[in-house]
Amino acid sequence: MAVFRETVPRDLQGKLMELNWTLVLLLILLGLAGIGMLYSVGGGSWSPWALNHTIRLGVGLAAMVVIAMFPPRFWMGVSYPAYVVALLLLVLVEVMGVSINGAQRWVDLGPIRIQPSEIMKLAIVFALARYYHDLPSEKVTSISGLLPPLMIIGAPAILVLGQPDLGTTLLLAATGVAVIFMAGLSWWFILVVGAIGLIGMVGIGLYGLENILADYQMDRVRAFTNPDFDPLGINYHPNQAVITLGSGGMTGKGFLEGTQSKLGYLPEMQTDYIFTALGEEFGFVGGIAILAINALIMAQAVAIAISCKSPFLRLLTIGITTTYASYVFINIGMVSRLLPVVGVPLPLISYGGTVVLAVLAGFGLILGAHIHRNAEPPRGAGLFG
Amino acid sequence: MRADRQEQDLKFTRRALIMSGLGGIAFTGLAGRLYALQVLENERYRLLSEDNQFNYYLLPPSRGRILDRFGVPIAENRDSYRALLVPEQAGDLEAALDRLAQYMPLSDYTRTRILRTARQQERFRAITIEDDLDWQTFSAINMNAPDLAGITPDVGEVRAYPYGAAFAHVVGYVQAPNDEDILNNPREAERLLRHPGFRIGKTGVESAREMDLRGSAGALKTEVNARGRVIRELPDQSEPPQAGQDVVMTLDADIQRFAHERLGQESASAVVMDVNTGELIALVSTPSFDPNLFVGGISVRDYAALRENDHNPLFHKSIQGTYPPGSTFKAVVAAAALEHGLVDPSETIRCTGSTRLGPREFHCWRRQGHGPVNLHEAVKTSCDIFFYEMADRLGIDRLYDMAVRFGVGQEFDIGISGVRSGLMPNPAWLRGRYDEPWTTGHTYNAGIGQGAVSMSPLQLAVMTARVASGRAVEPTLYRNALARPAEHIGLSEESLARVRAGLRGVVHEPGGTSYSLGGLGIEGVEMAGKTGTAQVYSITAEERASGVRSQEDLPWRLRDHGLFMCYAPADRPKYACVVVVEHGGGSSAATRPARDILRRVVARDPSSRPGVFADLSASQRGGA
Repeated sequence: MAVFRETVPRDLQGKLMELNWTLVLLLILLGLAGIGMLYSVGGGSWSPWALNHTIRLGVGLAAMVVIAMFPPRFWMGVSYPAYVVALLLLVLVEVMGVSINGAQRWVDLGPIRIQPSEIMKLAIVFALARYYHDLPSEKVTSISGLLPPLMIIGAPAILVLGQPDLGTTLLLAATGVAVIFMAGLSWWFILVVGAIGLIGMVGIGLYGLENILADYQMDRVRAFTNPDFDPLGINYHPNQAVITLGSGGMTGKGFLEGTQSKLGYLPEMQTDYIFTALGEEFGFVGGIAILAINALIMAQAVAIAISCKSPFLRLLTIGITTTYASYVFINIGMVSRLLPVVGVPLPLISYGGTVVLAVLAGFGLILGAHIHRNAEPPRGAGLFG
Repeated sequence: MRADRQEQDLKFTRRALIMSGLGGIAFTGLAGRLYALQVLENERYRLLSEDNQFNYYLLPPSRGRILDRFGVPIAENRDSYRALLVPEQAGDLEAALDRLAQYMPLSDYTRTRILRTARQQERFRAITIEDDLDWQTFSAINMNAPDLAGITPDVGEVRAYPYGAAFAHVVGYVQAPNDEDILNNPREAERLLRHPGFRIGKTGVESAREMDLRGSAGALKTEVNARGRVIRELPDQSEPPQAGQDVVMTLDADIQRFAHERLGQESASAVVMDVNTGELIALVSTPSFDPNLFVGGISVRDYAALRENDHNPLFHKSIQGTYPPGSTFKAVVAAAALEHGLVDPSETIRCTGSTRLGPREFHCWRRQGHGPVNLHEAVKTSCDIFFYEMADRLGIDRLYDMAVRFGVGQEFDIGISGVRSGLMPNPAWLRGRYDEPWTTGHTYNAGIGQGAVSMSPLQLAVMTARVASGRAVEPTLYRNALARPAEHIGLSEESLARVRAGLRGVVHEPGGTSYSLGGLGIEGVEMAGKTGTAQVYSITAEERASGVRSQEDLPWRLRDHGLFMCYAPADRPKYACVVVVEHGGGSSAATRPARDILRRVVARDPSSRPGVFADLSASQRGGA
């Protein structure tokens, strides 16, 4: 019986042939939407944002393809070192970080300024994917097998919480938990943790949220639950964001015709609030289009994850996809007042070099997983293994 | 091993689908949220975004003018030059104000106010440095504009009263509205009323006709950014202000000013009226004040000076002052006696200077008496004894009824507030007010216009006009092209003619109380009149003994009020004039001003002095 062995392309040309063009096209589509909106909020001008964004997208897409060419074995090799470096950078932030908007999140490394918590989001996925790849399947459901992943998640989470950045902490934890779940965590365990979590929440509710959160965090909670709370202060921008979105209507005010976005009712229109400008100028139809493109990207990524043979590639892909999905969900949820204010950009549309490069690098890994889906690196394999 | 692998694959796929399902729910939630905001609640947010986008700048309306009967403005709007400061353009505010101080004086108070305002509001908003600059200062600022960055010369409108004090009481003045004014106005006017520089009528016509004069505000639509800065103006989507209506008065600015000047600093009032229509041609109260002082806010010191002045400049004496009409009232008594057939024109009554009524003695103003006088003589010489008798024959009820027909005690609505109704006493009133029975003594007193009888100068003018025209004229201040002569008062022409003849005799017959006046002073035009004195204080016997013989010996505020009512031409009455001089010491203080004013009115109206045309045609013939 002739068994049809699916192969892994070995040469560059073969790998390029295997590139998932659907995914690439969808990403380019989002990027184009970003360029258009940045052109609009820039007052109908390529400067200061649209041109830079185009260049960054170009560089990012090139990097994405390059990253996709690397074999899984390489990524498995850098997984732990990358995590350690990211962790060190987080510590560095504590020691000598640059404070922006009251939170220490940036490290200034001469010409470039990086946000270690962004790098950590990827590094956690790497570390967990590597860990579960090496873990014998019978140990996946055991308690002892669960301790290292919890430490991998816990260490950076505590550091980021101290910045302080509760939003990113929760994102890191959520991503990590998603990877553990996908790795095959037993349902029993999930049930127990879920029950404990529920009891904890009830306990917090009885104890009083105000006794746990800092005053500024409590104010945010109050502002979120009541739009009339401090309408000219903490709630001014969230309320204006809703006005901007809502005033767009079904089909929007038209490209370059947004009034809210042009007249400065929202700060940093080009970053976190870019989706409101899109909603204002292209309406519900435009917003749904962006949601649909993102949904297709995620569906494509999940399909790739399922098609992968090695646990490492599967978990890496699913982890990156989860992170990406939470970016999109939190950003749009925040600007539409479905969620409290968390400073999260909308991938590929918001202006910001780190995020564009990080997101496209992530998709580079997913595209790489697609190319190398049939590869089956052994446990413990590494760069030098 | 193979089975384990397959089971692993299946588990992963299952869980990936669970994750995808959760993601799908989350995204559906987002889509639903967007639908709610953008489609269901779109209208609300669209309006909110327009609210954000547009600002409406209020454009205050031009206030209507107040014109005299010939269209001469008595209240108008004048350009007001002011200097504005825009902090954003000025840079260092202290330095900018220092530079400006070279061209205009800047008090420490003004500086502090500007700097405080600048700290409180956005830097691109203009601050008024000073309102109503004189032309020299304004042009100096204009000329030196390049040195004065951030300081903008600007022109606005401010109310002006070109005749100053002459119309102060009747026309009134405007001032910035206070909180009470804002409460008393409709809600939609609040924004206009709170507009800086907006003024509302506070007194007189300015207040009474506020709604006509005000007009309605317009709005300039502007697009603004989040900080309120104007990005652009949208004039075609804006609404221009509607200017207020002009109000045309019956007053004649020339007569008003003349009367005001003629009364000088006396505490006096003058009323000039058309006897056929009731149109008020002058309504003067002196001393007066400059209403222009009130427009920009009068200083505490100036206002205190006006309040404390014992001549009451803030009081509108011609409608609010009430005085016993004194002998002027005899015209009414004479008319009543004639109309009721209680006296024959030839009947004489002997005046010995006093008459006894029970234990009381009633005097004639002429202590030595007039001797036998008939009605004509009695009016002419103002014999009190004759009118005691007339009043007694009439009785208070008939006297009261006749007085009411001539307007005594009646309230006249002339279209400004504060008109007093005066009083005509009768037994019912006396009982109600003092719980006293009416006696013949009261009737005697009423018969010579003393006692409780009190009338405002406006009512005196109405009485004069009604005697002169026989018409029930109502006084009016607002020109009405359709105004017709009033209905007849219902007295026989014969009775009226006899009274008028007596009134003419006062001025033109020897022995008349105002014979010394020498008539109107216009060739061929005669006048009629009646003097009156309202007693303020009785000189006591002790005072008389200690040498206080005449009014001049008394302090000003104890002297009698002098009254004079008159009309002209005597044969075809057209204009009535009344002057009351408070504490004038007797009627003589009022006669000459009243005559002078009446002469001026008659001289201005060619139709009432045929002599002018006669003279004119004569001179033309002579020249030919």
